[in-house]
Amino acid sequence: MTFFFEVLIGGLLSGVMYSLVALGFVLIYKASGVFNFAQGALVFMAALTFVGLTEMGLGFAMALAVTLVVMIAGALLTERLVLRKLVNQPQITLFMATIGLTFFIEGLTQLVWGSQPRGLDLGIPDQPIEWVLDRAGIVVSQFELFAAGVAAVMVAALALFFQKTRIGRGLRAVADDHQAAQSIGIPLHLIWAYVWAAAGFVALVAGLLWGARNGVQFALTFTALKALPVLILGGFESVPGAIIGGLIIGAVEKLAEVYVGPMVGGGIEGWVAYVIALLFLLVRPEGLFGEKHIDRV
Amino acid sequence: MSGGGRRIGEVILRLEGISLSFGGVKALSDISFDVREHEIRAIIGPNGAGKSSMLNVINGVYRPQQGTITFHGETRRDMVPHQAAMQGIARTFQNIALFKGMSVLDNIMTGRNLRMKATILEQAIHFGRARREELANRAKVEEIIDFLEIQHIRRTPVGRLPYGLMKRVELARALAAEPTLLLLDEPMAGMNVEEKQDMCRFVLDVNEQYGTTIVLIEHDMGVVMDISDRVVVLDYGRKIGDGTPDVVRANQAVIDAYLGVAH
Amino acid sequence: MLYREAGQFKTSYATDQQIFPIRQDRVAVVALAALAFVVVPLIATQYWLSAILIPFLIFALAALGLNILTGYAGQLSLGTAAFMAVGAFAAYNFVLRVPGMPVLLAFVLAGGCAALVGVLFGLPSLRIKGFYLAVATLAAQFFVVWALVKFPWFSNYSSSGVITAQKMTILGIDIDTPLRKYMLTLTIVTLLALAAKNMVRSSIGRAWMAVRDMDVAAEVIGFPLMRTKLTAFAVSSFYCGVAGALYAYAYLGTVEPEAFTLDLSFRILFMIIIGGIGSILGSFLGAGFIVLLPIFLNIVVHWLNGVAQSLFSASLPASITSNLELMVFGGLIIFFLIVEPHGLARLWQIGKEKLRLWPFPH
Repeated sequence: MTFFFEVLIGGLLSGVMYSLVALGFVLIYKASGVFNFAQGALVFMAALTFVGLTEMGLGFAMALAVTLVVMIAGALLTERLVLRKLVNQPQITLFMATIGLTFFIEGLTQLVWGSQPRGLDLGIPDQPIEWVLDRAGIVVSQFELFAAGVAAVMVAALALFFQKTRIGRGLRAVADDHQAAQSIGIPLHLIWAYVWAAAGFVALVAGLLWGARNGVQFALTFTALKALPVLILGGFESVPGAIIGGLIIGAVEKLAEVYVGPMVGGGIEGWVAYVIALLFLLVRPEGLFGEKHIDRV
Repeated sequence: MSGGGRRIGEVILRLEGISLSFGGVKALSDISFDVREHEIRAIIGPNGAGKSSMLNVINGVYRPQQGTITFHGETRRDMVPHQAAMQGIARTFQNIALFKGMSVLDNIMTGRNLRMKATILEQAIHFGRARREELANRAKVEEIIDFLEIQHIRRTPVGRLPYGLMKRVELARALAAEPTLLLLDEPMAGMNVEEKQDMCRFVLDVNEQYGTTIVLIEHDMGVVMDISDRVVVLDYGRKIGDGTPDVVRANQAVIDAYLGVAH
Repeated sequence: MLYREAGQFKTSYATDQQIFPIRQDRVAVVALAALAFVVVPLIATQYWLSAILIPFLIFALAALGLNILTGYAGQLSLGTAAFMAVGAFAAYNFVLRVPGMPVLLAFVLAGGCAALVGVLFGLPSLRIKGFYLAVATLAAQFFVVWALVKFPWFSNYSSSGVITAQKMTILGIDIDTPLRKYMLTLTIVTLLALAAKNMVRSSIGRAWMAVRDMDVAAEVIGFPLMRTKLTAFAVSSFYCGVAGALYAYAYLGTVEPEAFTLDLSFRILFMIIIGGIGSILGSFLGAGFIVLLPIFLNIVVHWLNGVAQSLFSASLPASITSNLELMVFGGLIIFFLIVEPHGLARLWQIGKEKLRLWPFPH
């Protein structure tokens, strides 16, 4: 039983990491109706830029600040050069454009910083918390707990931002209907720029945490692929959905890997999340917290 | 097609006690009416009265929570769109539901899909039955194109057409199915007087020449009173009037719904 | 020769409904066929055949498959490579395990297997749309590759799942030279392209496009949604499956499941975006573009390298080509989506329409 809990807690904590990436997706989707496939590439770009800058001799805070500036500049450029030109296009077109963006960002990042994997040390060891280990006999990673804490803070901040601020309300209006929002004087482009910048910030946080855990390498872009089933489960437009979806996917994935994996030869973590999400979709196509749409004809 | 010999026949469609709601919103409550063969039956009512929902129930786009639909003697809880099509119900939509990426000709050809039986393999080699069917149905479609006077736009992608012509193409697509019951959702909305006159003529001609039974929703009272045999009036999802244009015109509830009541 | 249709009167629906109704188009198609079947075999070098033309044809076939599903039926798929993998491994196993199995029949059966898998992963399309579905097709991508690696039976217990395509013999002729492989690929691709053209101008094609453009109306008209979507998945996956089999047999010779990555799926998606979504011709144009682009970039980088060496006596990092390739791919996709969402095929069509009126545009 202790082992079960250990796996479960490990799963939940890594689920938080999925949520963090999923959050970036939700943010952009809510505000622009764009399903931003490039979120994973943004995570990669943020982490690699940060590490690259520290290698050039910048201190932690300075590197963080410069990376943030880079991410925001990138967001503004994306808004101006890509999104602005695709206003009112079908969502699927925007989605494909973000696949193009993914390739572009990946190429550019590696062109600038090189493609060899690097390490990243945030100073928080990936070790069991002794206090928990002593009392309950369960291994809980210090690092993962820290990541969970960061994610919780981000979620709380974003939830407040969406609900309480004027920009947040503008965001929700824009997501509903580009043209209608524009016609009542909501500055569409400004809102999009804000959101992409915020998504860049989320990507930076996710990039640092993931990078510190798994190394800063090309595989960081695959974090996006991990986040997709989370989104299906949680619904594309729900911040709490991203969190709970992440926790469920993280937990079930780990449990399946440990208990089901050996039966079929292991390595199932690549797709088991998708299968869970798919099965779920068949029952509830709009996701856990998504809104049901009635087609009017 | 016995030119002018239009005789209103037996009841072919009967709706009984239809109630429909979306979540907590009641769109239709306990509505019953019937449609006779060969007649032109209008559904009128203020915006949001549930007219389009009514049509959507008849051909199965919405499934009512209560009530029954009897079509050609067969009674069922609800229709399924595919089944409705198989039984000879065709329709047009309020907001034009043409296939934007296809040409006018292809759009109208889709109306004939239920008459094409060739397998995919036959279609892939375009031989034998597949080829014969394409040609035979093309001939029929050309007849409808002539009838609705849209020869000149045959090859045009529908996305490029002006609104009035789109409405006409949508009617053509519905007619291509050679329906026994034709549902028209605001066929004249947003048209100028000339276009309305054309459309009226087509609706009457369809009814006259092919004997097609027609249920239509329309806001233009002049048009409704002129062309329809009987009228159903809906308001807030309830039926408040039913009968010939003259009867409906004299109905106090109908007058109140349209003109408002002094409180 | 001027491109005009003036004076070409159609006196029956049969002539109006020919596969290429305009005379000049027919002439062009015959000329193209003569070029591909006669001239190319006479002049093409081994390098051209096996490094450019064969992969071009195979990718065009896969793009055609994806275009049927995404371009015509409107169901976005990110799992194309998985269906190709099914085709490759199925063909391998049919030839391996059924004694005397003719290779062409194996290809057809392989396409059939891919079609079955396609239908299976197409089932969610009945309930979900748009990018929810796109994400669902990712499940196919990961699951299929995982299954091919994890169950060694598929690769006949070879190490790390690598299969080596058996020798092909058709009608007593060994298909062992690049030229013969090219002719085989060309024949299959030509036949399947004609079949696709026929399908999209028949009832099934109209059903796909109707579902793509407005599914509610399609259902009301009497197209059964489920069957229409699933046939699109089946036909599309069949094409991808055959393309996968050719990828193994006519192009690479040896393949492992990991060759069929998500990256390959994306590349094929790019082909149809650049070539033209919902266009048979576009599948070919896009495939040609994506096959030739890296070669072109290589030349450019090589040249740049030469310049850099002569100027600064320093050479550019080796990974520059692949990274530039990513950037150019990505940039082009965005460019095309913004400027010409219907791709090269639309540019071609516009050109033709202009030519039709030239030199008197009014």
